[in-house]
Amino acid sequence: MKALLNRLPIETYVVAFTVALWIALSLTAPNFLSQNNISNMMRQTSIAGIVAIGVTCTIVIAGIDLSVGSVVAFCGVAFAQMCGHGLGLAPAAAITLLAGLTVGLINAVAIGRLGIPAFIVTLAGLQVYRGLALLLSGGMTVGGLPPEVKDFARGTAALPNLFWTMLAVAIVFHYLLRYTRTGRYMYALGSNAEAARRQGINTFRITLTAYVMSSGLAALGGLLLVSRLSIASPSMANAYELQAIAAAVVGGASLFGGRGTVLGAVVGAILFTTMSNAAVLLSVDPFWEMVLEGLLIALVVYLDNLQKRRQSGA
Amino acid sequence: MQAVMNSCNEPVLLEARGITKHFGAVTALEEVSLQLLAGEVLGVVGDNGAGKSTLMKVLSGLIRPSGGELLFQGQPIYFHSPRDAHRAGIEMVYQDLALAGNMPIFENIYLGREPGRNVAGLTVVDRAKARRLATEHLDRLHIQVTSVDQNVEDLSGGQRQAVAIARATAFDARVVIMDEPTAALAIKEVGKVLDLIKRLKDHGVGVILISHRMDDVFYVCDRVMAIFRGRNFAESPLKDTTRNEVIGWIMGTKGHSAALAHDKVH
Ligand SMILES: Nc1ncnc2c1ncn2[C@@H]1O[C@H](COP(=O)(O)OP(=O)(O)O)[C@@H](O)[C@H]1O
Ligand SMILES: [Mg+2]
Repeated sequence: MKALLNRLPIETYVVAFTVALWIALSLTAPNFLSQNNISNMMRQTSIAGIVAIGVTCTIVIAGIDLSVGSVVAFCGVAFAQMCGHGLGLAPAAAITLLAGLTVGLINAVAIGRLGIPAFIVTLAGLQVYRGLALLLSGGMTVGGLPPEVKDFARGTAALPNLFWTMLAVAIVFHYLLRYTRTGRYMYALGSNAEAARRQGINTFRITLTAYVMSSGLAALGGLLLVSRLSIASPSMANAYELQAIAAAVVGGASLFGGRGTVLGAVVGAILFTTMSNAAVLLSVDPFWEMVLEGLLIALVVYLDNLQKRRQSGA
Repeated sequence: MQAVMNSCNEPVLLEARGITKHFGAVTALEEVSLQLLAGEVLGVVGDNGAGKSTLMKVLSGLIRPSGGELLFQGQPIYFHSPRDAHRAGIEMVYQDLALAGNMPIFENIYLGREPGRNVAGLTVVDRAKARRLATEHLDRLHIQVTSVDQNVEDLSGGQRQAVAIARATAFDARVVIMDEPTAALAIKEVGKVLDLIKRLKDHGVGVILISHRMDDVFYVCDRVMAIFRGRNFAESPLKDTTRNEVIGWIMGTKGHSAALAHDKVH
């Protein structure tokens, strides 16, 4: 928390803004503090947060991953289909996660070896994996999942299981990014790729790590979303990539690379979850909610730009 | 190991023989050779685009030459990456510094060589140790910074240069190559860099200094060589040449052109 406050003022504002929103909501919307609403928000935040942590990894290396929403849907549908065809839960989950890691591998090879811009590669992925999700499901919702799937998301141990899952992911990735060489090389690569290369850092290995993290966490997000919805739909997780990028950026990640934290991504995800929750509780037109969220993202990116210019102009 | 000697019977530390480098249709270097002795400061001069930086990137393992060979203490040596050059004790301060702006000073100094321990196949960086080592090293170099936790992007040009030099000297280098280290510095900072080069020399380190500033070359170098359009052009111990002659070499003139060279420069 201290590190967060010491760093970019943007993150501090985001935390302050979120807390202010909570206070305002608890005063105006009587349901806001109900146990039900809080658990619901925690579950919603968890999946968004996990996906946002993955996307943050790609933003840190000055890349981007636009495919995560589609990967969530593809992996979710694949998992549901495998369960439906009698494969055990554990093998189905393992294969789903492996599929996610493979997506990351493909992205990294296209970006790091073939030199195609990350934006293009993952934009193509956004189409491809959504298409595969539709193909795998025949365009239909996949149901009939074993009860254990549903039970996991419903379950709580003081806090919802989903929230514990996000906390575990956040702690592991915070540690990886902040304290391991691999994590530090991700920041170095995003900050100055040529400098990283000249210090003998294997930049492809780092690129691979970042995209595998992103797709892997999207696959995990797919499993959790299926658990939460207790069905898999090929159209689920629509625009998750935008939410995740927005959460990362609002949490202090820079689209120029070299900047961004796990904590920031989680805080960003909490903010956006709070905003959509507020819209529901206060019966704000969801169209207006979209407009407001869009303006917030634009504002934050503008501030990021301003800071970048100030630094390079100094 | 038997020491390899040059013609004057001094031990040669690093040698490049007939280095050629093509970038597509551009020939940046053609059959360039160079010898560096231990405890020697070699000045390398040449016009913009002469090929100085390219030659140094070959010596530091960043660029693989199209032809020619490198010898370290007389043994042929092949660099597949700057890591190999680092292992041999060859360090370089790049013209563009190659620092990661939004990382702190101490991480820049140890980038790629962080102290740490292995945990489950991952190296966990010992940040406290890196911070302490960086602070001690900067102290030894008489480089003052507010804190090693400052991001490099928040430093002045001179301080950034100092961080790049600190990186190149943090690991007991045998050879330190500096590409235009004083070009962007204020006079006071230039003096510090040149004094540091002298101290490296006193410790037996071989230093290659690329500079446009004749004051620098004539203050610290033992020998100067000129590259002109990607080829060896001229070379001399410093005591046997003059500023005007060296300026003439940079422009590709030899012999009695001192006056002419002087006119062209001013
Ligand atoms: N990566 C590269 N790709 C293509 N041409 C290059 C590259 N690096 C250097 N050159 C060319 O090689 C020549 C020598 O450049 P350089 O070594 O930077 O010169 P100097 O450092 O002496 O000013 C120039 O013509 C330059 O344009
Ligand atoms: Mg140069």
